[in-house]
Amino acid sequence: MEIFGIPLQAFLGQLLLGLVNGAFYALLSLGLAVIFGLLGIVNFAHGALYMLGAFAAWIMLDSLGVNYWAALFLAPLVVGILGMVIERLFLKHLYKLDEIYGLLLTFGLTLIAEGIFRELYGVSGQSYPVPELLQGATNLGFMVLPNYRAWVVLVSLLVCLATWFVIERTRLGAYLRAGTENAALVQAFGINVPVMVMLTYGAGAALAALAGVLAAPIIQVNPLMGSNLIIVVFAVVVIGGMGSILGSVITGIGLGLVEGLTRVFYPEASSIVVFVVMVLVLMVRPAGLFGKEA
Amino acid sequence: MKLKLLVAAMAIGLGAAASAPVIAQGTGPVKIGFITDMSGLYADIDGPAGAEVIRWAVQDFGGKVLGRPVEVLVADHQNKADVASSKAREWVDKDGLAMLIGGTSSGTGIAMSKVMAEKKRPFIAIGAGSARLTNEDCTPYTIHYAYDTVALAKVAGTALVKAGNKSWFFLTADYAFGYSLEGDASAVVKANGGTVAGAVRHPLNASDFSSFLLQAQASKAQILGLANAGGDTINSMKAAKEFGITKTMKVAGLLVFINDVHSLGLATTEGLQLTDSWYWNQDDASRKFSKRFFDKYKRMPSSIQAADYSAASNYLKAVQTAGTSDGDKVMSTLKSMKYDDFYSKGQVRADGRMIHDMYLYEVKSPKESSVPWDYYKLIAKVPGEQAFATLADSKCSLIKK
Repeated sequence: MEIFGIPLQAFLGQLLLGLVNGAFYALLSLGLAVIFGLLGIVNFAHGALYMLGAFAAWIMLDSLGVNYWAALFLAPLVVGILGMVIERLFLKHLYKLDEIYGLLLTFGLTLIAEGIFRELYGVSGQSYPVPELLQGATNLGFMVLPNYRAWVVLVSLLVCLATWFVIERTRLGAYLRAGTENAALVQAFGINVPVMVMLTYGAGAALAALAGVLAAPIIQVNPLMGSNLIIVVFAVVVIGGMGSILGSVITGIGLGLVEGLTRVFYPEASSIVVFVVMVLVLMVRPAGLFGKEA
Repeated sequence: MKLKLLVAAMAIGLGAAASAPVIAQGTGPVKIGFITDMSGLYADIDGPAGAEVIRWAVQDFGGKVLGRPVEVLVADHQNKADVASSKAREWVDKDGLAMLIGGTSSGTGIAMSKVMAEKKRPFIAIGAGSARLTNEDCTPYTIHYAYDTVALAKVAGTALVKAGNKSWFFLTADYAFGYSLEGDASAVVKANGGTVAGAVRHPLNASDFSSFLLQAQASKAQILGLANAGGDTINSMKAAKEFGITKTMKVAGLLVFINDVHSLGLATTEGLQLTDSWYWNQDDASRKFSKRFFDKYKRMPSSIQAADYSAASNYLKAVQTAGTSDGDKVMSTLKSMKYDDFYSKGQVRADGRMIHDMYLYEVKSPKESSVPWDYYKLIAKVPGEQAFATLADSKCSLIKK
């Protein structure tokens, strides 16, 4: 059986790979959506935080002997704390200003972070081994799927679900959402809004770092790995609707699939297909697929 | 809406974060320009260290030629042909540039060669690999110094096909260099009795290769030829190992630099055969240069960096011999003189191709490697006349037939 001239087996394989990449997009765009939705900051440093997460894992393994499983928690923790420092030092001064200031500031931070790591480690990148437990591959009949990639999909989906649940279905999430609507009122109820905002940015940064740790065994840990990805992730968030958490997750996975199929039918276009989709979506729905019209 | 516009604008702008070039003024000094990828995916194999060794070459020459001081101008082309050519033009027009050394990325190399030909000044292409520089796009002012796609294809391709690897599938970077490499390698494979099952073209700097590799695997070819470079080669080899492609196909990296091998580690690259023009451990003079490089950068130089030094130093010799920095006179000296230094021994042909020996190496296993950066064992030394395209096959308009 064939679909558009491609054997069914190969077609299924490509769909699955699209899902794997989509899971990455979802995890990264989730952090962006949380930060934008709750803080109104267009976090251009997200790619750099992703890169820092991967490097943190690599440095922990290389010089401290910390294994993958510990790094999965420690790297997001370290980068999350760094995120909170950034929020306290810089971002908190910008909330009253136009969104462009936050965007420019985080863009500048990205260039600094990339520059430092390029100077220290060069651009060829460092190898991070796949953890022993997840080595090997499983034959699914239509393709051989490395176990590690399956793990990535599983973790991404669980984390996305948990984040959505916390923000939309818990009391803490309700405080967060209320705090962004009317900070003064929530503060009057005795809730420390600045601390809550700081923790939110830290959590967003930790999500980016988690994606970085997950990516480390798959691609070379490299100072530019974030900027190669961030533009696509921004497109995902814009398509999904800025600030929509569920929207960014669904869009991330969907675009991973679209990109995967493009790689089969017209590989040369695979790096721009996401932007073509972005243009089309914005023409029809300027607020994005899941965004609310302002 | 305003925000979306901003995001889109930043997206476009992210690629354009340039580092400020060094520009010197005045007419007295002899100015050597160097334009390469200083910060992107090819920055380790050439980049800032390439600029530094060109400065070393100038210092080692005494800092002066014909009693005039020598200056080195450096710029980042960010792998963009328009940036490269406009910088070259600016340097010639405003700074009186005498000669330009072109770095990595073939699109930029071809663009710069056209500007320098128009301005009648020598252009020495080093990091760029496309053989078009001495064929369709040859000029009287271009010298292609280190390697080219024909040599890469002929040296590695011939050896692999003769060893019984008849059917090939290519994973090709979607730009000038990738096309050249795929085309040249296909020709070599077919000439030696092999077949090409197909090819898939991936965007430069692709984020994930698994999809392309699956297509390659479906072709059932024996050899997966990687017609790409730098980070793309690294990530394709990593994914090939991960998806078990290496169990059914043999991977041939058509352009692999020692930095790539170092980055991937010997466990992943063991047994890989590759072509290069120079290796740091090939003789005493090379080891001496490499030690100096290692002391500063804590890594070994790539063949491109060695060629950067060699080209700059031989250019200064040519100016000395010619007694002038005039483009035409220096060019005729460069094409008639003999080259003999730690990098290579050779001569520049009428089409601009520098003919020197090329080497086929095999990556050692972790056990065989005794000291840091001890990565290659020599499989074959291929004489320049056999490694590069013959003049009879040249498509260069300067060659009268």
